Amino acid sequence: MLHLLQEGPAQTVNYFIAGYVVIFGVMALYLASLIIRQRNLMQDLDTLQEMEEGKS
Amino acid sequence: MDKKPGLLTVLDAVTIITLLVATWMVFFFAPVEAVMGLVQKVFYFHVASAWVGMLGFLVAAVAGGIYLAKGDRKWDILGLASVEIGLAFTFIATVTGSIWARPIWNTWWTWDPRLTTTTIMLLIYAAYLMLRSGLEDPDRRARFGAVYAIIGFLSVPLTFFSARLFRTIHPVVIGTNQPGAEGSFDMTGDMRLVFFFSLFTFTIIFVDLLWHRVRLGRLQDKVEQLKLRFNA
Repeated sequence: MLHLLQEGPAQTVNYFIAGYVVIFGVMALYLASLIIRQRNLMQDLDTLQEMEEGKS
Repeated sequence: MDKKPGLLTVLDAVTIITLLVATWMVFFFAPVEAVMGLVQKVFYFHVASAWVGMLGFLVAAVAGGIYLAKGDRKWDILGLASVEIGLAFTFIATVTGSIWARPIWNTWWTWDPRLTTTTIMLLIYAAYLMLRSGLEDPDRRARFGAVYAIIGFLSVPLTFFSARLFRTIHPVVIGTNQPGAEGSFDMTGDMRLVFFFSLFTFTIIFVDLLWHRVRLGRLQDKVEQLKLRFNA
C-alpha cells in the first residue's frame, strides 16, 4: 500500500549498479579462470612432453 | 590443445555482440519500473542467470545418464563443464537477488522457500566439484560425477517450482504470484522484449562458455593421461 503514496520511482540506482557489477564481475572472473587454467595446462603439457622425449 | 574451430570464433563474436545489445537494452531501452526504480532492471540478467544455472545442471544430468550408458569420458567432461558454468551463474542469480531484495524486501536475505531451495541447489553442486576433486581414478570419478549429477538434479525442479508450490514472497515471472509475493510487477511489451532477449543472450553465453570449458576439459584429460602414463 505504501507505494500508492510514493511520488516517483524509488531511488535504487546504487543497488542497480551493484547488481551489474556483480554480474559482469563474476563473468569476467570466470573467463579469467578459464584463460589461466588453459595457460597452466599448456605449460604442464609442454613439460610432460619434454620429459617423455627425454625418457625415450 | 586442438586448434580453435572457426565456428567457435564466430560464436565468440556473436556472444559479445548479443551481450552488448542486451546490456544496452537493459540500460537504455527498458522502461524504469514505476515503484521499484532502477533496481528492477537487475531482474533481466538475474532471471537469465538463474535460467543458465538450471540449464547447466540439466545438461550435466543428461550427460551423466549418457556417460553411464556409454562409458565414454567425453560425456563426463561435458557434465563437469556444465556444472561449473551452472554454479557460476546460480551464484550470480543468488547475489543479484539479494541486492534486489535489500531495497524491495528491506532485507538482504530471508529463508523463503525459493531462496532456501536455491541455496541447497548451490551447495549440492558446489559439493559435486569438491567431492570430484578428491577422487584420483578418472573412471571412478566420472561414474561418481554422473550418478551425483543425476541425483543432484532433483534439486532443480524443486527450486523452480518452490515459488509456485509453497507460500513465498518471491515473485514469479511466468505463472501466478503467491498472495504474499513482494516486488512483483506487470511487464510492459518493452520489458517483455528485453526479458526474452536477455534469456536468449544468456543461452548463447552458456553455449559459448560450455564449448570453451569442454575444450579445457579435454586438455585437462590429456595432461592427466600423460601424468598417469609417466608415473606408471
